[in-house]
Amino acid sequence: MATNLPFSHQSAEVRVFRLVRDPIDIQSVVATLQKPEDGAVVVFDGVVRNNARGKTVKFLEYDSYEAMALKKIEEIGSRAKSEYDIREIVIVHRLGRMDVGECSIVIAVASAHRGAAFDACRFAIDTIKQIVPIWKKEFYEDGEVWIEGGH
Amino acid sequence: MSIRVLFFASLADITGMRETTVDAASVTDVNSVFNHFVQTFPAMEKHRSSIMLALNTEFARPGSPVKDGDELAFFPPVSGG
Repeated sequence: MATNLPFSHQSAEVRVFRLVRDPIDIQSVVATLQKPEDGAVVVFDGVVRNNARGKTVKFLEYDSYEAMALKKIEEIGSRAKSEYDIREIVIVHRLGRMDVGECSIVIAVASAHRGAAFDACRFAIDTIKQIVPIWKKEFYEDGEVWIEGGH
Repeated sequence: MSIRVLFFASLADITGMRETTVDAASVTDVNSVFNHFVQTFPAMEKHRSSIMLALNTEFARPGSPVKDGDELAFFPPVSGG
């Protein structure tokens, strides 16, 4: 399992909202989440892509205002649970350097039926990209650029 | 009597620091803190319209008042996920 940062939040059973620096083990996240009453588990796996803005990306680095980022992720998770008919949502965002093909974020949503799980997962990733203070820096062959704003 | 000020991403690059303090007596609101740093780091000016502000880890406005002990963060539009 990935290492948890000090800001990790301990819920009753599962650490549902986490910022980590080690690789994310998606199968472990899903296995920990899933329960017999769930009819659907929707998983969003955010992957580091090898290209952006017409350039070849070598690797990424994510920076964060960690105390606020975890607070906002917790708020988004709470909203997802109150606004959609889901049982549980897990959000794990990785920080630091990531190579092409690695997972930067996993959102896993468990519910009785698929519709609410898809909707809540989409809500969570879209809102994270708007309000959670995390920034991506792209590294190319010939330089590096902070990415600012929606993508 | 000070306000803790944080910079992230491109704003940390511009200022060359992630954290500093300002004298709480010399500022009144978020905007006055921003103006304080623009004097030292003119490159911050072009970020004025797009910058995001957080006061004590909650989103704030340029006119939000600041007081001793506050933590104020300046950062560009987010790009996580």
